[in-house]
Amino acid sequence: MYAFTFHRPQTLRQAVGLLAKNEEAKLLAGGHTLLPTMKLRLAGPPQLVDLSLVDGLSGIELRGRSLSIGAMTRHNDVNTSPVVHEAIPALAKLAGLIGDPAVRHMGTIGGSIANNDPNADYPAACLGLGATIITNKRRIKADDFFTGMFSTALEPAEIITKVSFPIPKKAAYQKFKNQASRFALVGVFVSKRGSDIRLAVTGAGANGVFRVPSFEEALKTRFSPKSLEGMSIPADGMNSDIHGSAEYRAHLVGVLARRAVAEAIGK
Amino acid sequence: MSAIGIGAAVRRKEDQRFITGRGHYTDDINRPGQAAIYFIRSPHAHARIKTINKSAAAGMPGVAGIFTGTEFAQDKLGNLICGWTVLSKDGSPMKMAPHAALAAGKANHVGDAVAVVIADTLAQAKDAAEKVKVEYEVLAAVVDPAKAAANGAPLIHEVAPNNTIYNWHLGDPAATDAAFRNASHVTALEFVNNRLVPNAMEPRAALAEYDAASGSLTLWNASQNPHVARLVISAFVGMAPENKLRVVAPDVGGGFGSKIFIYPEEVVCLWAARKLNRPVKWTAERSESFITDAHGRDHVTKAQMAFDGEGKIVGLKVHTIANLGAYMSTFSSAVPTFLYATLLSGQYEIPHIYCEVDAVYTNTVPVDAYRGAGRPEAAYVVERLVEVSARELGIDPAVLREKNFVKKFPYQTSVASLYDAGDFNASLQKALQIHDYKGFAKRRRESERNGKLRGIGFASYIEACGVAPSSLVGQLGAGVGLWESAEVRVNPTGSVEVLTGCHAHGQGHETTFAQLVADRLGIAIDQVNVLHGDTDIVQFGMGTYGSRSGAVGMSAIVKALDKVEAKAKKIAAHLLEAAEADIVFKDGKFTVAGTDKSAAWGEVALGAYVAHKFPTSEIEPGLKESSFYDPTNFTFPAGCHICEVEVDPDTGEAAVVGWTAVDDFGTVVNPMIVEGQVHGGVAQGVGQALLEHTVYDDKGQLITGSYMDYAMPRADNLPDFKVDMTVTRCPSNPLGIKGCGEAGAIAAPAAVMNAVTDALGTEAIDMPATPASVWAALQRTNKLPRAA
Amino acid sequence: MAAVSLTVNGKPVTADVDSRTLLVQLLREQLRLTGTHVGCDTSQCGACVVHVNGRAVKSCTILALQLEGANVLTIEGLAPADGPLHPMQEAFRENHGLQCGYCTPGMIMTAVDMVRRKGHDLDDHTIREELEGNICRCTGYHNIVKAIAAGARAMRHGATAAAAE
Ligand SMILES: Cc1cc2nc3c(=O)[nH]c(=O)nc-3n(C[C@H](O)[C@H](O)[C@H](O)COP(=O)(O)OP(=O)(O)OC[C@H]3O[C@@H](n4cnc5c(N)ncnc54)[C@H](O)[C@@H]3O)c2cc1C
Ligand code: FES
Ligand code: FES
Repeated sequence: MYAFTFHRPQTLRQAVGLLAKNEEAKLLAGGHTLLPTMKLRLAGPPQLVDLSLVDGLSGIELRGRSLSIGAMTRHNDVNTSPVVHEAIPALAKLAGLIGDPAVRHMGTIGGSIANNDPNADYPAACLGLGATIITNKRRIKADDFFTGMFSTALEPAEIITKVSFPIPKKAAYQKFKNQASRFALVGVFVSKRGSDIRLAVTGAGANGVFRVPSFEEALKTRFSPKSLEGMSIPADGMNSDIHGSAEYRAHLVGVLARRAVAEAIGK
Repeated sequence: MSAIGIGAAVRRKEDQRFITGRGHYTDDINRPGQAAIYFIRSPHAHARIKTINKSAAAGMPGVAGIFTGTEFAQDKLGNLICGWTVLSKDGSPMKMAPHAALAAGKANHVGDAVAVVIADTLAQAKDAAEKVKVEYEVLAAVVDPAKAAANGAPLIHEVAPNNTIYNWHLGDPAATDAAFRNASHVTALEFVNNRLVPNAMEPRAALAEYDAASGSLTLWNASQNPHVARLVISAFVGMAPENKLRVVAPDVGGGFGSKIFIYPEEVVCLWAARKLNRPVKWTAERSESFITDAHGRDHVTKAQMAFDGEGKIVGLKVHTIANLGAYMSTFSSAVPTFLYATLLSGQYEIPHIYCEVDAVYTNTVPVDAYRGAGRPEAAYVVERLVEVSARELGIDPAVLREKNFVKKFPYQTSVASLYDAGDFNASLQKALQIHDYKGFAKRRRESERNGKLRGIGFASYIEACGVAPSSLVGQLGAGVGLWESAEVRVNPTGSVEVLTGCHAHGQGHETTFAQLVADRLGIAIDQVNVLHGDTDIVQFGMGTYGSRSGAVGMSAIVKALDKVEAKAKKIAAHLLEAAEADIVFKDGKFTVAGTDKSAAWGEVALGAYVAHKFPTSEIEPGLKESSFYDPTNFTFPAGCHICEVEVDPDTGEAAVVGWTAVDDFGTVVNPMIVEGQVHGGVAQGVGQALLEHTVYDDKGQLITGSYMDYAMPRADNLPDFKVDMTVTRCPSNPLGIKGCGEAGAIAAPAAVMNAVTDALGTEAIDMPATPASVWAALQRTNKLPRAA
Repeated sequence: MAAVSLTVNGKPVTADVDSRTLLVQLLREQLRLTGTHVGCDTSQCGACVVHVNGRAVKSCTILALQLEGANVLTIEGLAPADGPLHPMQEAFRENHGLQCGYCTPGMIMTAVDMVRRKGHDLDDHTIREELEGNICRCTGYHNIVKAIAAGARAMRHGATAAAAE
């Protein structure tokens, strides 16, 4: 690690102030992406602003027809929350598929989506549920938030405070793990809320998480895996590496989409 | 069988310290004034080192010294060596290129160390290292062993034209060709035995200290064989005479071969500690382990097996290119030759075998022995061929194996090994029964109903352990003998220290060796301490690898115990005033035959030390004996493993759903520990077959340089194992032990791949059979089940 | 350098640390609690698992300065120094759940946390999934799974309550 100064602000304003003062300062949430990169000297922020003492950043709350999750809420807390289980069980399940138990005790939803790792799970849920990302400055629709791998609509000194998920009628997440990292080689999140059908894919795309309009259209006719039978997406634009070719990833998108829909309708 | 003796599942003595966090691994040790060392490594696979400028780093906080390969060379120390000479077909010796502990002039693989920074803390050393400017001229690299010897390939070492280390062979080419001409069926296969990264969970570590007053050096080192490390660093590197160099291998967190070898880091730590007169510690970070621990396997092989009209094997031809990496590691030359080709007869009568091996240099991490070393590669060749032949001939693979098994012992193979004992069919039949082989067809139909493909695969492997006798290995080119030593030191109160030249890093010697001694002497197991791993404490020894510690190490203890008992009887005779010939020793008691006169073990031990009751002109006081034991032959553990897999054709994922292992390890000292060795070995073999993929790009960058890309077997990748034994005693050592440490890793790759190819209906897939590669293979074959 | 105060194995500790000091470094290098190991640099192997405020975390991926006021339990504190072993430690020995011992402290700390979250009746499937973040190169996991199942059952009878938790 490179040397840095460590700050532990108590309020959001102080945190924003620290970020504003130093462009290279970084927020520290669960640290489970940032610290490993710092340890390998792949990142060297001169200032680290720890969010863990900032009030009001964590917690899970049902607000009318949406579920609001504080940015500092740990994966494990989402996974085990009765409220989440009741409202969006697929989200609870997804959180339980992130990393391992110790990672889930530290990693946060805010850190995960701010990081927008192309193989991360939460971005699929945000996009697949049509979530709204709430920051100290504004509300950003998931569709506008994820702008490419490791990049988001966040501006300098902007801090995610919570994520608001509309509660779907049906939803499911299917993850096929990379055997080494256990991140998603491909993950598919599908949801149905009235006529709004969303199907989001993580892991596969060379540009990060994306929706599959052709699948969504097909599901609008009938929300059943049968509607996706024989459908696939083009391999163009898919990631290709030692863990799988673009063709393989494109194929998995179809397989996992069918499985996710089947799971969502309880089959 | 007693509660603690041979055959008892005694709980391990060493566990107390490990489960309470009180083990002592090298990195746990700290010396006063200790500094940290950081190795600056070449980021290029092949590059001339033009200049190294350390001026910006020298004054950085905490820095104690910065040294380059050129400075190291000025001290005229010797090179690291490969200690086993292999001759080419034409009789010329292997082309061993110089391997300096710090590269000067040229770096030959990513990770080759070119300079070091020593500072008060590791963070400071790293900070300063970033300020050391190394200017490289990048050269073209060669990574693929199949291309290394080609015309125009970049030359890595002047001494080795065409990057070729040797072209070696074994067997009779003419007779083998003739057998193939008369054959009625030939099965041919080509495959890659994938390169593996050993990944012992404790990274390698070295801590060196210099005592200026005595001029001696001490090295704490995560090593499987401290005496050999001392010998090489003393005799070949010339760091210090052996009596001025102490090597301690404390608790070691797994080795699997990777900690046998003598590496640059320990040499440089010793050198720097003396230069700075300050203890110097290095502990590998995992990403460093990936690019510096000697890798395993990496063969490219073409093989053919010939059969007569009756389904009997008549011949085997094998051609292998072995990638030894950028330098010849300590025992690398022997692995693809004497530890490989000599096992190519498998469990079968194969009258004619011819094997050629071309060993090459590439710009990759050196390759050396990794769990099984040569034998997994051999078992893979033989067992894949037999399985595929059975498919081609339309014979049940179990039946084809049985038909060809060696049944009479001793059996002289056509590749030099002399099998001394075994009952191969007994293991096979027992495995078939335990596994419910008969029920497989039904299980397969059930899988198909669920849209899955099920396959079953066998591996009837044989291996050779306890490589010996020393005169034979000497003829084969080994630079050392492969005997083992033991000293049994009886204390006046009857408790015992056993000093062994073996080294335990997970094998449980502190328990099994104590079992042997306690049982023999009739004392409590707590009364026996097993000491190992310190050249100042233990007489010379050869260390632990090649499943040798039971067969060779324990035999040495038996020999020493024989001497202890003989002397104790003499002393007891005096104490009991009887003739020596009348003394009987049993259950910890010396009795005079036919009387009720007796003396307890402790009385005799005390008697030996007080020396009041016997003539010291005839019998020396004290009770301590040692032995150097050299076995008369290799041992040949063998067995049958059956693997069952289920493949999801939609995702390509192959899951191991059943495993049966029936092994013949000869005498089993502690079945609990032996089963644990089988589990661990199988896990590593399953890892090789399904998960572990070492990938270099064509510039020589290691793509799979961390656990993010190199898939380690985890708990959910593995099934529960069914493990059982058959026993034929090994005739070449007193306890009848064959060895068990590597069997699982030898059997598993072939068993898994036989099962996977059975499920897929194609042989055209190499290890590791990852989901992506299984899916791709299925696309090529069209053998898809009804859609799920 | 900055000061951090926390509780380690029931004892209050105040240490002066560089901001980049990780918890595992504080434990191993400053407090000389070397039972917590380091097996990787990508936060994946679990050799370093300890409990922070009762939850299993990877001590290689948390800064010492994040632990102001925290309660840390390491393998050394799981059972009293001269008292009986924790049932999970005992189960690892009884079931031969370790070979070289390097992964063992992290395995045991993970296992104890697993029981806290998942209860005393753990089936093999659950245990294997829960071990995703703990790599063992020696045992093939078979006996670790058995040990954890047995240890979980034994913990029901609460022979030793975690000394400092
Ligand atoms: C072994 C391991 C396995 C993992 N497996 C998975 C997996 O399977 N799936 C998966 O999705 N993830 C996985 N992860 C990643 C894990 O979920 C991370 O915790 C997560 O991606 C980042 O969250 P964090 O709270 O740790 O963020 P940090 O590492 O603290 O921060 C990450 C980035 O986000 C920024 N940031 C943090 N909080 C905010 C905020 N509130 N507002 C704005 N910016 C912020 C930080 O400045 C930093 O740049 C794994 C991690 C590890 C170590
Ligand atoms: S050392 Fe912490 S997870 Fe590997
Ligand atoms: S016991 Fe050696 S790594 Fe697990």
